[in-house]
Amino acid sequence: MQVPASFDYQRAQSVDEALELLRRHGEEARVVAGGHSLLPMMKLRLAGPELLVDINELHELDYIEVVGDELRVGALTRHRALLESELVGRHFPIVHDAEKVIADPPVRNRGTIGGSLCQADPSEDLSAVCGALHARTVIRGAAGERIVPMADFHRGPYETAVGVGEMLVEVRIPVRPGAGSAYEKVERKAGDWAVAAAGVALTLREGRIADAGVGLAAVGAGALELPAVQDLLDGREPSEALYEEAGRLASEHCSPVTDSRGSAEYKRHLAGELTRRALRRAVARAGAAVEREA
Amino acid sequence: MTTVDEPSAPPEEQPGAPSAAPPGEQPGERTGERSDERPIGFGRMKRKEDPRFVRGKGRYVDDVKLPGMLHGAVLRSPFAHARIVSVDTSAAEAHPKVKAVITGETLAGLGLAWMPTLSMDTQAVLATDKARFQGQEVAFVVAEDHYAARDAIELIDVEYEPLDPVVDARHALDPDAPVIRDDLEGRTDNHIFEWEAGDKAATDEVFARADVVVEQTMLYPRVHPAPLETCGCVASMDPVDGKLTLYATTQAPHAHRTLYALVAGLPEHKIRVVAPDIGGGFGNKVGIYPGYVCAIVGSIVTGRPVKWMEDRSENLMSTSFARDYHMTGEIAATRDGRILGVRVKVLADHGAFNSTAQPTKYPAGFFHIFTGSYDIEAAHCEVTGVYTNKAPGGVAYACSFRVTEAVYLIERMVDCLAAELGADPAELRMRNLLRPEQFPYENKTGWTYDSGDYPACLRKALDLAGYEELRKEQSEKRARGQLMGIGLSFFTETVGAGPRKHMDILGLGMADGCELRVHPTGKAVVRLSVQTQGQGHETTFAQIVAEELGIPPEDIDVVHGDTDQTPFGLGTYGSRSTPVSGAAAAVVARKVRDKARIIAGAMLEVSPDDLEWTKGRWSVKGDPAMTTTIQEIALAAHGALELPEGVEGHLEATTVYNPPNLTYPFGAYVCVVDVDPGTGVVKVRRFVAVDDCGTRINPMIIEGQVHGGLADGVGMALMEIIGFDEDGNCLSGSFMDYLLPTALEVPAWELDHTVTPSPHHPIGAKGIGESATVGSPPAVVNAVLDAIGVRHADMPLTPGRVWQALNQGGVEAPQ
Repeated sequence: MQVPASFDYQRAQSVDEALELLRRHGEEARVVAGGHSLLPMMKLRLAGPELLVDINELHELDYIEVVGDELRVGALTRHRALLESELVGRHFPIVHDAEKVIADPPVRNRGTIGGSLCQADPSEDLSAVCGALHARTVIRGAAGERIVPMADFHRGPYETAVGVGEMLVEVRIPVRPGAGSAYEKVERKAGDWAVAAAGVALTLREGRIADAGVGLAAVGAGALELPAVQDLLDGREPSEALYEEAGRLASEHCSPVTDSRGSAEYKRHLAGELTRRALRRAVARAGAAVEREA
Repeated sequence: MTTVDEPSAPPEEQPGAPSAAPPGEQPGERTGERSDERPIGFGRMKRKEDPRFVRGKGRYVDDVKLPGMLHGAVLRSPFAHARIVSVDTSAAEAHPKVKAVITGETLAGLGLAWMPTLSMDTQAVLATDKARFQGQEVAFVVAEDHYAARDAIELIDVEYEPLDPVVDARHALDPDAPVIRDDLEGRTDNHIFEWEAGDKAATDEVFARADVVVEQTMLYPRVHPAPLETCGCVASMDPVDGKLTLYATTQAPHAHRTLYALVAGLPEHKIRVVAPDIGGGFGNKVGIYPGYVCAIVGSIVTGRPVKWMEDRSENLMSTSFARDYHMTGEIAATRDGRILGVRVKVLADHGAFNSTAQPTKYPAGFFHIFTGSYDIEAAHCEVTGVYTNKAPGGVAYACSFRVTEAVYLIERMVDCLAAELGADPAELRMRNLLRPEQFPYENKTGWTYDSGDYPACLRKALDLAGYEELRKEQSEKRARGQLMGIGLSFFTETVGAGPRKHMDILGLGMADGCELRVHPTGKAVVRLSVQTQGQGHETTFAQIVAEELGIPPEDIDVVHGDTDQTPFGLGTYGSRSTPVSGAAAAVVARKVRDKARIIAGAMLEVSPDDLEWTKGRWSVKGDPAMTTTIQEIALAAHGALELPEGVEGHLEATTVYNPPNLTYPFGAYVCVVDVDPGTGVVKVRRFVAVDDCGTRINPMIIEGQVHGGLADGVGMALMEIIGFDEDGNCLSGSFMDYLLPTALEVPAWELDHTVTPSPHHPIGAKGIGESATVGSPPAVVNAVLDAIGVRHADMPLTPGRVWQALNQGGVEAPQ
């Protein structure tokens, strides 16, 4: 049995208490919610925090709601809740696409959206989804809240914009008419981290693509949003030729490395192939949304 | 709380009481559903052991908690090859909860720093001079709890001087390769053994006159049995009576006891090895690991019981792996598809210590059954074994002593030949399969196949799969750019080791004992030397005795896994339990039946010669009313009945079964896959398996074994590999990196069977445990390669590697 080194543990009763604990203990404190990334790292002794701040009782961070033209998701919202949310599925089928292939039910029962984003693993699925959706993150600290777009949230592998004494508390995703989105992932077996994955979100306005977002997972850092592909897509009519070009650009704008999941060359190919596939499905879904909303 | 229903006890007749069955009707032969569910003998029945498992009441080694028990943890080398300059244990010893720190030096003082392996090599228990693979045992800490033991190993300061490692076996014999085993006197290279089988000259002759010769190099990569329960033990040396009790994850309790006695100089009667419930073995739990020895020493040193359980990474990185065979096969044939000969050269990677488990005479196991199921004129193989800086092992993962590698080789070669000839793989196999009238068949490398009807088995599999329609569908799909593949394999297993004059492990003959005692009330206990790890022995062996004696299986207790309670034998691996101990159980039951006949004669006041046996009773020939049941006989044997001369009373017997030959299960498998050309993702759509394991004792257990083995095969073919980087770092030390298939990666299996009983086995059974693991990988690989139109690509066929093969025409196995 793998066991962690000894650590202190506090169960926060309020967000303010959690923030105070995080402030007081600085770098040595870590937030634990689902624990499905942090605890294995502690057991392998790759992480050795002195204090775990358990936020599982902060139910005020567990919600999915539409406010104005935004979907707001509390950081403590479990994967399972996202997967089971009809509201999420209606507006953002990409989230359901991704949630179906994130780990397995026991992990989805515990893991949270906040934990997924804050782990900042370049192979993690929801980060690419949030990138494609142009989501914004809400970070709270002693000084109040600040809003950071997803594109700036990850500062590198396993590093985020959340500072010492701060917590991610909410994710906001714009709700738009005529929207379609999709997520495509290749994995070696069910529940595996992605070999590569691509998320696409867009809207259709008078037959043309708008608000395009493309995010890739597991092909190196900095691919959660691909402005080059987004710029290509915006304002264009959907066509196979366009998808082809978008895929080619996606392949170029990533930096995969060879590992036991696959060669860099293969992952680069997947970046293109999966972008094309996700694009096709996102456009089809957007078309359906346009019809439904008409 | 939910309530659990008691197992429904049907109001059957009380054994021992006069039978309620009408005269002439035999127990177990009554019609209706009940006899189907609860056979008195062979047939479908739920496993007797499962109620405790499904209720979470199994008792595994890690569940053993003894008073005063301490906990051990192993410090392992981070380097694949490094000289150990110094080991400073002072900080660990100062830890308040640490009771002992054991190093290689401590063990050297006791003469225990090295131990013999099952292949007559030596293996370091704790490294003294060098670390020879990443994860090798360097020190052992005993502490008051597991957490403290883990903390304390991090306090041990080892100074290493890293050395160049040998990672790729293909360079192990290079003149400038670092010498791994410089501990062995006079050793100047990494060569372990050279071994050959077959007739080289005759093989060269058929190759010289063949129309077609196809050569293919392939690697069966290093894989790991990965039992869900890792290895471990609780060692308890009683300081008063000097008796060592070892609760251990072992597939071979008796062999382990003898080895501990021989190695440690402990008297054998003062050692008790107990294997409680075992959570999977697959060959991983055949050998003796350093952790067991360290726990024993820890218990001797502290005077308290010591538990040691590996974690998952330790299991994957340091315990017995499987395969790692670099094979170059050549197959010779006539233009019209008659296979003439097969030639193989193998480079076998045995890791840092040669600890492979196989009968002594066979350093390459039973690999020389690589002629497979075909009528071949000549065959020859040469196997070279080498050391590398990787974990030791080599025979594991349900491989039947390397029949797995042999079957993979021949079944890939036949497909390569089919591609060369433009022949249909099914027709080519059918053309060359052994014919029923050729049995018993002596193959060209020294095996005597006992029985079989191979063409019937293949025909059945092809019909079940709808082979012709599948080929039609495939060509239609190809025309549309879709990739669908159909893969076949036909395998012959050689299991049930084995005849004593040919087979031993470290000098211990491979015969197994069995004891059967029928209690006065007609219930029975059968004691076995073999060790279930999930195979269902408690049911299968009860059914064998039930079949022979007519006592219901639920009235028969199967005792195993405790050397103080069971007769000697070599344990469970190589699918040997039913072929060897199954035979022993039948033989011992027949001995009891013979004794019962004499007692029945006294009871019925007739000569035993005048009695005839029907299941469960002896009756007077021609007078069925004059009858007595086995239960009545048992009571009489323990009662006041005046026994005939020479009969000592009670109803029991013992036996030792020495198999006259191995048994040869076989099967035909058809796999259908779809491959996504854009991503290389393989979906196994269908898998048809027709197995022949001879007499079928419990079809449900057989099907379960086949299901598991087929999943193994899909795993090995598509995702499993223990990989290393160029520095010898193991890249597969967790289940995130060492992938095991789940229900989501496998199809609904389509099973069927044929039955050709083994002619030399008392009940005609051949064994089934490893058939599917052995037979399925080539079917999956053949299917994928058929889909992508590539002659060969090495396992595992992950999406990336399939894509690469598809786009580059082939792909080498990763190291």
